Amino acid sequence: MANLPVQEWTLLEAARKVREKEISSRELTATILARIEALDPKIHAYITVLPEAAAAQAAACDEEQAKGALRGPFHGVPIGLKDIFCTRGVRTTCGSRILRDFLPPYDACVTEKVLAAGAVVTGKHNMDEFAMGSSTETSFFGATRNPWDVSRIPGGSSGGTAAAVAAAMCFAGVGTDTGGSIRQPASLCGVVGVKPTYGRVSRYGMVAFASSLDQGGPIARTVADAAALLGVIAGYDRRDSTCVDIPVPDYHAAAERPVKGLRVGLPKEYYEGGGLSSEVRAAVEKALKALTDQGAEVVDVSLPHTSFALSTYYLIAPAEASSNLARYDGVRYGHRAEGASGLIEMMSRTRAEGFGDEVKRRIMIGTYALSAGYYDAFYGKAQKVRTLIRDDFTKAFEAADVLLTPTAPTPAFRLGEKTGNPLTMYLSDIYTIPCNLAGIPGISVPCGFSAEGLPIGAQLLANSFREETLFTAAGAIERALPVRRVAPLGG
Amino acid sequence: MAITREEVLHVARLARLSLPEAEAERLRGELSAILDYVKQLDRLDTRDVVPTSHAVETGTPFRDDVVEPFGDREALLANAPDRQNDCFRVPRIIED
Repeated sequence: MANLPVQEWTLLEAARKVREKEISSRELTATILARIEALDPKIHAYITVLPEAAAAQAAACDEEQAKGALRGPFHGVPIGLKDIFCTRGVRTTCGSRILRDFLPPYDACVTEKVLAAGAVVTGKHNMDEFAMGSSTETSFFGATRNPWDVSRIPGGSSGGTAAAVAAAMCFAGVGTDTGGSIRQPASLCGVVGVKPTYGRVSRYGMVAFASSLDQGGPIARTVADAAALLGVIAGYDRRDSTCVDIPVPDYHAAAERPVKGLRVGLPKEYYEGGGLSSEVRAAVEKALKALTDQGAEVVDVSLPHTSFALSTYYLIAPAEASSNLARYDGVRYGHRAEGASGLIEMMSRTRAEGFGDEVKRRIMIGTYALSAGYYDAFYGKAQKVRTLIRDDFTKAFEAADVLLTPTAPTPAFRLGEKTGNPLTMYLSDIYTIPCNLAGIPGISVPCGFSAEGLPIGAQLLANSFREETLFTAAGAIERALPVRRVAPLGG
Repeated sequence: MAITREEVLHVARLARLSLPEAEAERLRGELSAILDYVKQLDRLDTRDVVPTSHAVETGTPFRDDVVEPFGDREALLANAPDRQNDCFRVPRIIED
């Protein structure tokens, strides 16, 4: 049985070790699978683990390499996927009862790209049902625990991916972010998470939640790893009509550039609210000092419509969701209620049985906001305020190259702490939501710990298609604030 | 902004969600609270603002209208909750 110190290796280090034949993909994969077997009963980061398929993939990688062929930059390295990306013949549940037994007939574009890069897919990560949630507690398959403190949530909706990466149950993963679902769990689990510009990563085969906001992106233990993984999954795909056809730059190189002269904007609205914990504020100030110590300049900026972002989001996202989720009708795939006497009854009962409370709540809000007589007052109004929020960012990026903010207002909260009141749960995404409304890219990078030893992340935002600037700034913070990369387990 | 039980049931019908009585009442309270919160948008004057429906304006991409067979019909049909030969079976559509 292989017992390699994989928790100390980054994705890029593991890839180099396989490439240079220091270790085989078989050994590497067996070690990761053994960690999953030992740790995941406590964490529950995976909905589906693929031990046989991963071992077979690893063996195939080793055989090909023996003949001198490498599949790609992550040849033979274990990577996981949020259970929202379709995997051909491997069940894809989106955390929902309604898709409990769904076997996709095709791979998502992200799945194809990760496989083409040579990665070994370890399995499918747990998530809030249909990515609706901030704690991974709405999953039909049960909550994921934070590897830094198993009495706490890992964030969400990509909580399974963030927890799996933090506990070294894979070298990196791909999540999705509609209102903070990559960045917030990355922050709460002490790892790096990137929400790319809308249109940078194909949404083909990624189960839709809110189509004008959804974007896939990497979660990894270092900035360089996240940059390298984004380089693999980004790029044009004609099967997603919103995917943008512009070249993919060398993100990894950007992570090592100096920040001297970089203009770092501090949006005052993000630091004013009463909800920001003093520990998070102090940690983000350290991240700022790390940037200024390396020659970055500070500028004050204002995003005056920030306080309207949450309301805007909670009309637009549910409206789009109510439309997207209309496809789950029990006819072609997924759960179907038994014993209905007619079609409408079958559909209504199928959806009542198949969806959980949070999904139903959002379908109801969205249907209401789109219904006759309310469309202009709610959905139409929200689309107009979305324009004002976008314009705020356009103006801010005239003065600043990058904006620095907290990722989440507090460190990880306890399981059950916010499930009773939907609005308090929604507030945990208050700093991440505006980025999705504006379509711009964002990253969360670890910048410290609370007194209780919980990770804290800083968020950086840049103008559309300026992911390189995010990696440059995040890389500088990471170099100056060496924080522990893997969660201590056993708590 | 309080919404009524009848409105909740109407929206549930539109959304094809069957709701037990207790759930309808709980949702009435939760939706009212959320709608109260989002009504803050009314404080903004948006008369001259153009709505945003896409984050990144890309225009509509065009391609040639070429048929591309999917190929694996069985994989599609295998997910059917109820199937008869190559068809999806559903309960009766025309109700009495």
